[in-house]
Amino acid sequence: MAAVTADQTAQAGADRPEGADGALEAAFDAAVAADERIEPRDWMPDAYRASLVRQMAQHAHSEIIGMQPEANWISRAPSLRRKAILMAKVQDEAGHGLYLYSAAETLGTGREELLDKLHAGRQRYSSIFNYPTLTWADVGAIGWLVDGAAITNQVPLCRCSYGPYARAMVRICKEESFHQRQGYELLLTLSKGTPAQHEMAQDAVNRWWWPSLMMFGPPDDASAHSAQSMTWKIKRHSNDELRQRFVDICVPQAEALGLTLPDPDLRWNEERGQHDFGAIDWKEFQEVLKGNGPCNEQRLTQRRRAHEEGAWVRDAAVAYAEKHTATHTAARNGEATA
Amino acid sequence: MTATLALGDDALVLSHRLGEWAGHAPVLEEEVALANIALDLLGQARLLLSMAGDEDELAYLREERAFRNVQLVEQPNGDFAHTITRQLYFSAYQRPLYEQLASGGSAFAGLAAKAVKEVAYHQDHAEHWTLRLGDGTDESHDRMQRGVDALWRFTGELFEPVEGLEIDWRSLRSDWLESVSAVLDRATLTLPAGPQSGAWTAGAGRQGIHTEPFGRMIAEMQHLHRSHPGASW
Amino acid sequence: MSSSTEWPLWEVFVRSRRGLSHTHAGSLHAPDAEMALRNARDLYTRRSEGVSIWVVPSAQVTASSPDEKDSFFEPAGDKPYRHPTFYEIPEGVKHL
Repeated sequence: MAAVTADQTAQAGADRPEGADGALEAAFDAAVAADERIEPRDWMPDAYRASLVRQMAQHAHSEIIGMQPEANWISRAPSLRRKAILMAKVQDEAGHGLYLYSAAETLGTGREELLDKLHAGRQRYSSIFNYPTLTWADVGAIGWLVDGAAITNQVPLCRCSYGPYARAMVRICKEESFHQRQGYELLLTLSKGTPAQHEMAQDAVNRWWWPSLMMFGPPDDASAHSAQSMTWKIKRHSNDELRQRFVDICVPQAEALGLTLPDPDLRWNEERGQHDFGAIDWKEFQEVLKGNGPCNEQRLTQRRRAHEEGAWVRDAAVAYAEKHTATHTAARNGEATA
Repeated sequence: MTATLALGDDALVLSHRLGEWAGHAPVLEEEVALANIALDLLGQARLLLSMAGDEDELAYLREERAFRNVQLVEQPNGDFAHTITRQLYFSAYQRPLYEQLASGGSAFAGLAAKAVKEVAYHQDHAEHWTLRLGDGTDESHDRMQRGVDALWRFTGELFEPVEGLEIDWRSLRSDWLESVSAVLDRATLTLPAGPQSGAWTAGAGRQGIHTEPFGRMIAEMQHLHRSHPGASW
Repeated sequence: MSSSTEWPLWEVFVRSRRGLSHTHAGSLHAPDAEMALRNARDLYTRRSEGVSIWVVPSAQVTASSPDEKDSFFEPAGDKPYRHPTFYEIPEGVKHL
């Protein structure tokens, strides 16, 4: 995840005479086709770079915005064991955001710039986090369904063609598996608990099921970036393929929980060897994406406020370092000339 | 029992307050750092409360007046400087306290030996930030001095003897004062001159007298657990 | 009123256990070296992944360029005599 060299690479590309790019592009295509990893200093098409920065930034933003709906329950967690688990999980999400911002920085885009874009509403985060956590069971549903969907999406990213992204994802996937299991265990405890707890669990699953299916993105025929990302091996499977895989995984898990999935059309299709499921309300998806979800405004406002209210702290640390640390001076000088 | 609850409640309440920072920290790296400290303290609290009974019954079903934590740890987070000051004052107390417990022969010795390593890190974290905020910008200096002054009157209670703890309170107090003044001095901050306790509040938290924000804090903490009597989670 | 200066970037190397080298774990932002070490401890070793940490300002790393890849690394490819498998040893000869 070294961010050392991306700028130089970009310049090297720009300085080259016309025509040389063709050979470079052929070498890049061959490397991707041969399943080799692209590393930060390698030549890459501008569109590949832009697509990666966009995806890694969106992914990092999702991690840090995703802290909010769950952090909403840390102070109310109903047992000390659950409180510890939830704090550790929300902490991991901050950690995952950091891994991903680092990966994005290898392409020469600083974290501050990416955060500014998030705060200005110019870069997105996963729409799922614009739904509210209304009860304690929502913490379980997020772990089971939202993290489950995320893992289904992310496991193939561990083999993504861009090395730093793939490495960050390996680390994240390893840590995420605890997230999903704690959610499942939480729901299982509720489902087998008192009638009120069972009802709480079912209500949460009812509310989170459809938004979780939307996490895989629009259907393949309507997905703007899919085809190119597949060719570049940033993406390995289509949205619909992953969504189907997720549904098939969840059905038996829901049975084991003693909970139902809120889809009357959900049934096993012997012929396909997969489950059929009902139509997704893509209008809702588009609306939430546009900013009209229940929590879009609230999430961004909290994020902006934390950043703005933290400015004096970050500035103080820089001022102190400038007064006291030789290493720091070296670091900043180095940065300026790199 | 009094001693176990005193130590356990300190850790539980401070952990809860630190948990309130999640999603609000001034920089992402600090989200991770504050959560680490909160998790250490929660771990300590769970061990201690389990020594005194059922951890969840004790955490979720006691009334405000039955909590034995010092008032310092229940103080609301305020700004980052306020939180750092609270952590500085508390870790500078908890570290020598646990050091003494670790070298003693009480039931706390084993737990204290493990916890003292965690607390050493909390103190290190608080001191590094105290230096950076105190000797950073004019604004951070002012904010830090405000935190140092505002929380000062909750520090006297730390040295009120607790029944059941074999502690040399006098040396604990001098250790505390020495490390706190040293770091405040390096941070270009002024050690407050005022009293370390309010007029009638010395030792109050240990006797179940808390400050107003504490009631709301545990109301929030306990409401879900109390809404489902007898349920398991 | 966003922060005027972004904290510099640091590369983090972690020794996972005694007897092994430090390996690159990732990067992070910190205002200075002391804080970089602490941030690295919190971020990269919270699941007991390490016993020792190095941090280096990213700007201080000098890296070889992909443009030089051929001249840097290819010449080593045609010198198989550096490897023990290059040599034929009669069957039955041991400890070689």
